[in-house]
Amino acid sequence: MTAMPVRPVTRDPRRFREMSGRAGWGVLAWIVAIAFFIPVLWMVITAFKPESAAETWPPQFVFRPTLAEFRLVFSGWGPFVTHSVIATVGSTILVLLLGVPASYALSVYPVRRWRDGLFFVISTKMLPIVAAIGPLYVIAVHTHLLDSIWLLIILYTAMNLPLAIWMIRSFMLEVPSELLEAARLDGAGRIREITGVIMPIISPGLVSTALICVIFAWNELFLALNLTVTNAATMPMYLISSVPQEGLYIAHLSAAATVASVPVIAVGWIAQRSLVRGLSMGAIK
Amino acid sequence: MAVVETGAAPTQVALRPRGASRREGWARRLPLLPALIYIVIVTQIPFLVTLWYSFQSYFFDVPQPAHFTGFSNYTTAFTSAAFRGSLVRSVVMTATSVIVAMLLGVAFAVLLDRKFFGRGVARTLIITPFLVMPAAAALVWAGPMLDPNFGLLNWLLEPFGVNHVAWLSTHALGSVIVVMIWQWTPFMTLIILAGLQSQPTDTLEAAKVDGAGAFATFRELTIPHLRPYIELGILLGSIYLVNTFDQVRLMTNGGPGTSTTNLPFYLYQQVNFAFNVGGAAAAGVITVILTIIVATFALRLFARVFQFEEAGV
Repeated sequence: MTAMPVRPVTRDPRRFREMSGRAGWGVLAWIVAIAFFIPVLWMVITAFKPESAAETWPPQFVFRPTLAEFRLVFSGWGPFVTHSVIATVGSTILVLLLGVPASYALSVYPVRRWRDGLFFVISTKMLPIVAAIGPLYVIAVHTHLLDSIWLLIILYTAMNLPLAIWMIRSFMLEVPSELLEAARLDGAGRIREITGVIMPIISPGLVSTALICVIFAWNELFLALNLTVTNAATMPMYLISSVPQEGLYIAHLSAAATVASVPVIAVGWIAQRSLVRGLSMGAIK
Repeated sequence: MAVVETGAAPTQVALRPRGASRREGWARRLPLLPALIYIVIVTQIPFLVTLWYSFQSYFFDVPQPAHFTGFSNYTTAFTSAAFRGSLVRSVVMTATSVIVAMLLGVAFAVLLDRKFFGRGVARTLIITPFLVMPAAAALVWAGPMLDPNFGLLNWLLEPFGVNHVAWLSTHALGSVIVVMIWQWTPFMTLIILAGLQSQPTDTLEAAKVDGAGAFATFRELTIPHLRPYIELGILLGSIYLVNTFDQVRLMTNGGPGTSTTNLPFYLYQQVNFAFNVGGAAAAGVITVILTIIVATFALRLFARVFQFEEAGV
């Protein structure tokens, strides 16, 4: 009897305490998560309300859902979403085209003063673009780029390129040097080295870099508001313009806000891990 | 430690361009040039033009062309209470939101670092505010959330004696800052969470065996480990939050009065409503000079975070 490997009864209370403690932390985490999510949830719920149910006291939680506001949003968003997609995809591709070789020259096959290069690049991110908005407008007028989608592509590329170079560079540093040497012994040139050896290895890193660029470009309002009118107005501009100044508009506003936000939210949810890698500039694994 | 230049070792030592020939030097520089030239043209030229216009009197709405006025735009900017006020508000808004978002971020990350039921879903919910379009977030907060008559927040707070508060007129600055914090806490949480999960478990186990309490372990081991992550979060957060415009424009339009007018919004008004390109340019140049001073420290921090220099982390 005594020799039997009994589970020591004395440990049970402690175990129970540990488990309830763990559950307590879990409950707290859930409360925090839900609290943070409430505004998003409320946005989506309100988007399905008829206007008459959206502005009531107390707020209504039970109502007959309608797609009327969404239909209204989809009837007018055409040009805006097209501009947004072009500006976002265009600038992201340009960022990668410029960023990959630049990162290569700052990591794998570095130029002599690569540190200065890196710090110059990130320092441009610290200059507030808002400070130059007046002159930017004047430049845009003189170059006939005002209210053109090209202007947004150019500016969004400049906006995302510094961070992208830092990210891509950090991913490139993780490429094992033996692989690079093997490729060189095989007689691979620089371009083959980048496209054949480095790019396949860092492709997850490139995805997270692209993801971050997409988020910031899709969500950008300040430059679009100042430098576009109709020919290049993007989704954030649609959001602003679609909100009427009077009458009942809360459901419509919520539907437009939902439609404008959903693409990035969906992408972010699907690619969470990628997002973490990108946000920490690839330096954090 | 994970925030280090992992690849700094063999690859680069082997490829140090020591004694590299001129042609070799250009072969190295070539891939960098397109990006470098692009960045110089697109980001530096507007600032040079800004410098030029800051010495000019130039109004969009006046047919007269731009002409040289010396330092008058600068004296106007320095004596303008509106400009100084917006400068101070920018600092207050950025500092408050970055610090609070970081504190919340650390707390949330600690919560999410433990195993519990549905952790993945909870994390997904917490990161969502960062993904919401800032313009959408601003409009949803201003309307469905904070409206005095039908806003959800007033309803949620009613049991606590809050009665139809018009948040955007009585607590305008606070409301804008809350939305900034709401959007950037997830960002901080993710970075800190990555830091927590990179912490070697054996040191934590050892501390536990040695009888260290949870709090002492956190203070003595976890916080020092997290330091580079915290610095990175503060740095990136500040870079983006100092440019906050959408929330101000869409929630309060800088008001009531000028109580939420930060620098970006002030400059936007100068250009779009006062048509004062010269004045905005001078204000912009002053902003840039102040930014450079702050950025010099920030860059040093960057260098330390990524352990380029002597780095005593």
